[in-house]
Amino acid sequence: MNNLIRATARCLRSGTAVYMPRQADGRLWSASGRRFLCSDVQKDLGEIVKKDKVVVFMKGTRAQPMCGFSNAVVQILRMHGVDDYADYNVLEDQDLRQGVKDFSNWPTIPQVYFNGEFVGGCDILLQMHQNGDLVEELKKLGIHSALLSAEKESK
Amino acid sequence: MEITCDHIREKLTQKLGAVHVDVEDTSSNRCAASFKVLVVSSEFEGKPLLQRHRLVNMCLAEELKEIHAFEQKTLTPEQWEKQKSQ
Repeated sequence: MNNLIRATARCLRSGTAVYMPRQADGRLWSASGRRFLCSDVQKDLGEIVKKDKVVVFMKGTRAQPMCGFSNAVVQILRMHGVDDYADYNVLEDQDLRQGVKDFSNWPTIPQVYFNGEFVGGCDILLQMHQNGDLVEELKKLGIHSALLSAEKESK
Repeated sequence: MEITCDHIREKLTQKLGAVHVDVEDTSSNRCAASFKVLVVSSEFEGKPLLQRHRLVNMCLAEELKEIHAFEQKTLTPEQWEKQKSQ
């Protein structure tokens, strides 16, 4: 019980503002009328990660990230001009929150997928951004990084 | 189980043969809720970033259940030397 209280306090501390259960674009994880049953989560996740080229599982939404690491992922994608991605708020659904950790065999949120393949969390995306790999990986997805265009213009 | 910087450092040193480990408690009041680690190990050689991070996650699987946030940087001894000289 104490653990639970501590964990909640931690979440509240790291949260930025009021908890907003609704995603900015109106797409709600659970509003589609289907809450995830445990046994289905793994199968559904297999489909979800393939549905969009870029998929992010995060705390909060891209419009209002609820954790610094999730926010970092959103900002990195924004810098590269990646607008067309699906963000899923794990705070909305405890089954999803645990389910995606099991699915990816990865203990933390956020988690990023490209073309159905697990890329990593915040640290990995940040390092890929820094060492130039992200531009290359986006190219493989057919996404032209906005940073490339910016570079060209400044030359 | 009490998670301390020393505990994490010891485990990574033993299990991953790390030659250098920096551990920082990044929680606001040093309450062991979040950590940042730098791990230098020759086990990482030839392995992509994702695999390196998975090795660290596996090594600290029990601890990560309790830890709220975890940042990691994984370097080979060669990369570490290079970074130090920069």
